[in-house]
Formats: sequence, C-alpha cells, structure tokens
Amino acid sequence: MRPFTYERATDAQAAVKAMAEHPNAKFLAGGTNLLDLMKLEIEHPAHLIDVGRLPLAAIEDTAEGGLRIGAMTTNSHVAADARIRSRYRVLTQAIVAGGSGQLRNKATTGGNLLQRTRCAYFYDTAKPCNKRHPGSGCGALEGLNRNSAIFGASDACIATHPSDMAVALVALDASVETLTPWGEGRRFPVAELHRLPGETPQIETRLAPGELITAVVLPRPPQGGQVYRKVRDRASYAAGLASVAVAGGNLALGAVAHRPWRADKAEAALKSGASPGEAIAAELAGAAQNGRNGFKINLVARLVPAALEEARANGRDA
Amino acid sequence: MRTTITVNGEARSMDLDTRTTLLDALREHLRLTGSKKGCDHGQCGACTVLVNGTRINACLSLAVMHDGDEVTTIEGVGAVDGLHPMQVAFLTEDAFQCGYCTPGQICSALGMLREVADNWPSQETQDLTGPVRLTNDELRERMSGNICRCSAYPQIVAAIRSIAGEPA
Repeated sequence: MRPFTYERATDAQAAVKAMAEHPNAKFLAGGTNLLDLMKLEIEHPAHLIDVGRLPLAAIEDTAEGGLRIGAMTTNSHVAADARIRSRYRVLTQAIVAGGSGQLRNKATTGGNLLQRTRCAYFYDTAKPCNKRHPGSGCGALEGLNRNSAIFGASDACIATHPSDMAVALVALDASVETLTPWGEGRRFPVAELHRLPGETPQIETRLAPGELITAVVLPRPPQGGQVYRKVRDRASYAAGLASVAVAGGNLALGAVAHRPWRADKAEAALKSGASPGEAIAAELAGAAQNGRNGFKINLVARLVPAALEEARANGRDA
Repeated sequence: MRTTITVNGEARSMDLDTRTTLLDALREHLRLTGSKKGCDHGQCGACTVLVNGTRINACLSLAVMHDGDEVTTIEGVGAVDGLHPMQVAFLTEDAFQCGYCTPGQICSALGMLREVADNWPSQETQDLTGPVRLTNDELRERMSGNICRCSAYPQIVAAIRSIAGEPA
C-alpha cells in the first residue's frame, strides 16, 4: 500500500471541504472495498477522509410515507430494520445476499453504491484495463469474460457492477441525496447514479469529483409483491452471475451491466399483458454476448419468470 | 499517527503508520498473535475480531479508524486457565485440525450469536418479520465468511450448536 495521510471528518460540510483542499483524496467509510483495492495498488489515494463516523447512520420515516437511510448506516443495520423487512423485503433480501456477515457489519449504504467491479482484469495490474488505466485496452473483451455484461457494454469495457443492494434500490425507485464540493445538496434517482461505460469506463457515476452521498431515500413501497433472487457459483459469499429484484411492477437486473439494469422493456411488456417469459424475452432482445458469458442470457430468461412468480406469491401473503 | 484502542479491556496507545491495518496493529504492535492473517483481503475470516461487540474482518480496517473503539480478540475471549464455553465446545467437538482459522471461527461465532439474539436476518431467513430460528442452514450461512481449509465444518457447526441450543 502506498503512503497516505488520514483525517476523521467531523461533519459532512467539513468532509467535502477537506476533499476540495486535498488533491487525490478519497472518502473512506467502511473501507471493505477501498482498502482491499489500496492493498492491490489499484487505488492509491494520497489522503483519506474518514466519513464513517459522520452522524448519517439513522433510518428515519419521511413525510411522503417512505424512509431515509443515512449513508453511513451499515448494510447489516439496513437489512435488520423492522420497517425495511416488513415493507421493503426486496432490499433486505438483496443485502443479505451480498458479502459475509463480517463485511456487511462494516460496509455502509453509501460505500455499497460506490463499490467497484470485480472484473478479474480490473484486479490484475499486469493486464490491460481501461477502467483502471484509461487507454490501456480491455483484457476481458477477448479474455476470461464469463461474468461480463450482456447489456450496455462497449468496446472499451464489459465489466459489471457488483452490488446486490443497488439492484433492489433501483427496483424500489429509490433516490440518493448528496452534498457537492461546493456545499449544495442534490437529489436524484439511484437509477441515474451509475453510468454505462461508453468510451470512459473510468467514470463510473454521475457524482462530481469530491461529491459525498449523504442518504438514500425510499419512496412509499410499490403495490404488489417483492423478491430478490441471485444466482452464483456457490451457495453463499460469492458475487452474482445474475440477479433480479422485483418490486410490484418494477424489475431490475444485477451482475449483467455496468450499472443495475432497470428492465423497462420487460416492465412495459408485463403491463400490456405479456407472460413473464415473453416479457423477459423482450428485454433480452437487446442483450449481447462476448463469447463466454452467453449462458447469462438463458440464466436471466429462466430466473426472471421464477422471481415474478415468487413475488406474486409474496404479494398475496402480504 | 497516535491511536488509542481499548483491546481486551485495556487501553493501548500506539504510534502507527496510517497504512497499518487493525490486524497488523494487534499482531505486530501489541503482539496479540491469536488473530490470524489468512488471505489479508476479507475472504477467509481468519482475522475476525469483535469491535464494540460486532464481528468484522480486522484485515480490511485501518487501525487509525478504530481510535476510541473497544476490540476483543481471541486472547480476550478466554484464557488458558479459564476457557470460554465456546472454546471448550470447539475442543469437545474436535472442531479443528490445524487450528489456524479457529480464533476467527470462535470470534465470528460469538458475534453471530449476538446477531441472532438481536433477530438479524440472513438469506436463509424465510419469515423476515418473525423471530429468527437458528436452523443448521441458518448457522452455516451466517458462518460463511469463515473458511476452514481442513474442512472441519460439521464439527464447527456441532460446537456452535452445543452453545446455541436447538432451534425452537
């Protein structure tokens, strides 16, 4: 790990101000992803601003009938919250499908959204990767790309976003609240947080440099059942090959694109009376494979109808 | 950077390079070598300790992040002349071969049982609004962050089960 200086921020305004004052600084919250990447010298900030103890770890009711989750709330606390378990079960299910107990105890809501891809070529500093080293090429394009994207990829990058939680948040129409380096609060949908890779896969979100996520806001839960289903190579503690979040009529897919993939074509098909199989086929008409990841198309085609059926059953029980 | 952490009930002050992980502070600075370095990337769980009562991977945390925290390592769980019941259970059930993962397994098990007592869900929890029943599927899922290269898993489950009791 390369040397860095460290400070503990006392409030959110001070944190974004410190970020503006230090070149090559990063926010540190739980650290479970950032510190791992620093050990591997994929990330090498010169200064860390520890935001983990900012007073942003509460889950509050909103006036609109939803919930505001402070960005420093740990994944474990979000998953265990009684309101989330009863009204937003897809979110609890998505969180407990990710990482291990130890990791979820440390990982935060904001950090989970900003975790980086698990693409093997991003992790191997001896290999080309446009995300890690812009302009060096994409090793995955012709390489071991079994877990790469089937939606929205580019010739520059076929990596996927690894978060389970974010997939549920997109299906729930959640928003993020942020504080910009110039001290302004912003709010926009989680679905608009992450970018597609295009020619600049190193730019992963629409956050300005130094912008801090302060909260995630859940609207009132949608009508209908909810469920999260994830498929992976072993039963626990592994990144997904494909996942799906169902929340009422909303559908989002995980591990298939550079961002959580809102399946709006499938949603539209379902609304106009298509069967679950027909609906996901409409979405998958826009999918593309890269040699070794073609199985994901079949996987999603089978996973989504099963999840829709389970969500309907959950909706009846509720 | 001056950092003070209460370790096993005793305030310990250290002057640390910011890069020092909590695990390296415990092992190299405080000579508490019970917590083990397996993968050093949060994948194996051998470094699991309790921070303010909650289990985490000590390898994926900087020591400076824990200024003011209370850390319990395996050395604080029990002593040679006064083993913790979970340590006795691991001996009784023969829940290890080489023993390298055992301090992490035991710290993780203690943290896990507190999570169950607090009714935290896992992906094996079918009824998210009712009380958690610690079935063997639940127990195995909740311990999946701790790898045992000797594969003593059946005995580890038996040891933890002997402390947790049968699910109601």
